[in-house]
Amino acid sequence: MPGAIHAEGLVKTFGDVRALDGVDLDVPEGTVLGLLGPNGAGKTTAVRVLTTLLRPDSGTAVVAGVDVLKNPDEVRRSIGLSGQFAAVDEYLTGRENLQMVGQLYQMGARAAKARASELLERFSLAEAADRTAKTYSGGMRRRLDLAAALVVSPPVMFMDEPTTGLDPRNRQALWEVIQELVAGGTTLLLTTQYLEEADHLAHDICVIDRGRVIARGTSDQLKAHTGGERVEVVVHEREHIAVAQEVLRVLGKGETTVQEHTRQVTVPVVGGAKLLAEVIRELDTRGVEIDDIGLRRPTLDDVFISLTGHGTEDGLQGDGETESKGVE
Amino acid sequence: MADVEETGATVAAAPRPRGGPLRSVRDSLVVAKRNLLRMMRIPEMVVFGLVQPIMFVVLFSYVFGGAIMVPGQASADATVYREFLMAGIFAQTVTFATAGAGAGIADDMNKGLIDRFRSLPMARGAVLTGRTLADLVQTALTLVVLAIVAVLVGWRIHDGALKALGAFGLLLLLGYAFSWIGALIGLSVRTPEAATSGGLIWLFPLTFISNAFVPSSKMPAVLGHIADWNPFSATVQASRQLFGNPEGVVSDAWPMQHPALASVLWSLLIIVLFRTLAVRKYRSATA
Repeated sequence: MPGAIHAEGLVKTFGDVRALDGVDLDVPEGTVLGLLGPNGAGKTTAVRVLTTLLRPDSGTAVVAGVDVLKNPDEVRRSIGLSGQFAAVDEYLTGRENLQMVGQLYQMGARAAKARASELLERFSLAEAADRTAKTYSGGMRRRLDLAAALVVSPPVMFMDEPTTGLDPRNRQALWEVIQELVAGGTTLLLTTQYLEEADHLAHDICVIDRGRVIARGTSDQLKAHTGGERVEVVVHEREHIAVAQEVLRVLGKGETTVQEHTRQVTVPVVGGAKLLAEVIRELDTRGVEIDDIGLRRPTLDDVFISLTGHGTEDGLQGDGETESKGVE
Repeated sequence: MADVEETGATVAAAPRPRGGPLRSVRDSLVVAKRNLLRMMRIPEMVVFGLVQPIMFVVLFSYVFGGAIMVPGQASADATVYREFLMAGIFAQTVTFATAGAGAGIADDMNKGLIDRFRSLPMARGAVLTGRTLADLVQTALTLVVLAIVAVLVGWRIHDGALKALGAFGLLLLLGYAFSWIGALIGLSVRTPEAATSGGLIWLFPLTFISNAFVPSSKMPAVLGHIADWNPFSATVQASRQLFGNPEGVVSDAWPMQHPALASVLWSLLIIVLFRTLAVRKYRSATA
């Protein structure tokens, strides 16, 4: 059975750039899909197609059981969109913004008013409700934008880089709101360039680069695919580096690497936690004092680099550059 | 159902939209209200919108007034010219609504608001209709202020309030039509600044090659013909007649002989044409 969001073979070109180059997506009801990729990868274009803002050159998409291309107006009743750039009217108060959106979702004036108050309360904007959005901080605007997308508790939500530009505290707060939403049964498609964010929020992750899905799976599957669990040891005394290296060479699977100045020794391993315990016992027996030891699994950053070969950084530096890379 | 709703734990699609025309009117009014609230909170925009026409009234009345002779009059009389002039200034002022509508919509595009609107289950043309309706209200206010200034420099209504209201009605209809041109410009350019200049530059030749400031009979033949058929001239001529102001020598071109009808037809034609183009553009708008 197709999911709450289902797309097949989406293609969209802008001039020479293939922003979407045959993208398939499927998001089961009540789950979160993280669409992960650098700037210019095609994430926003995908969201714009699925939210009826942009017609693809080819491909099909069904959202909340309705064909996006054939019946866009019907789709709009069932979706909420929270964009990368907080789309609220800065000359309207928070309350006026939400009331307006409610009415345009075809709620009655009274219902829209009640819903606005409820959302302002829930998003800690009650005190600022009657000030114009111009006076809001970045975090407050983002919360207002998200509230606007939730006016009708839509079954399917799209969030395009919801936390880009937010400080860690605000990002954390927004994550909590998103988790609450999903707990309430909302299906969510979330784009992000923060691997940590996808890791934290998404059930499934699609890695997208240059208009193509280059990998998909759970965060664990993607990490396992990249392989390479490893044990990292930081010894207390510099003299003990050699001994630690010896122990890890025996227990690990592969070459050890040493960083002299941090007194860190690393080795790829197979066997996880059980092996870690063995390493600790062995080092203890040999009288090696350790400052830190841990089993490190690859981060999504590692995953990304191994998949694309170019890391996320070149994407993060500038919009235009990555955009043109798509044509190479 | 109700108590689950309160916890925010359920999800539900928005209510099914009611019938087309009703939804269209309601959504347009919601957007119009939003734009009027904005105008009230940026009063300097309204004030600047008034400075230019008032300046024109004063400049034309006192600088050109004594030098321009309205044909049919015995001599160049500043009072007569002022009466002749006002309908032209009024009409020029209402067409400046083009720039306001254009800049406002371009700004909404830039700020991502058009994306927000386009993702909502609202009536197709409501964002643009709401904007043009708000502009209509602003234009009406501007006309009131301008009429007061005009009275101060000696302009009078001679044929009664009813006909004068008819003239203001034609002027507002023209302004409304031009704000649809502005809407299309706003959707077609990248920045509000471009929309402002794009909305204004062509208005100068349009309003000057007309009967607004100088009777068309005094222009070279080619320009005179253009002026007679200029949509703008029909409204100016109709207003002059309805206000009972001096008309100069009126050409026998059809729009000049039936100015009120021509004015309405021109305005409706512009609305139908530009509304169609603008709504089509809106449906595929990308920031």
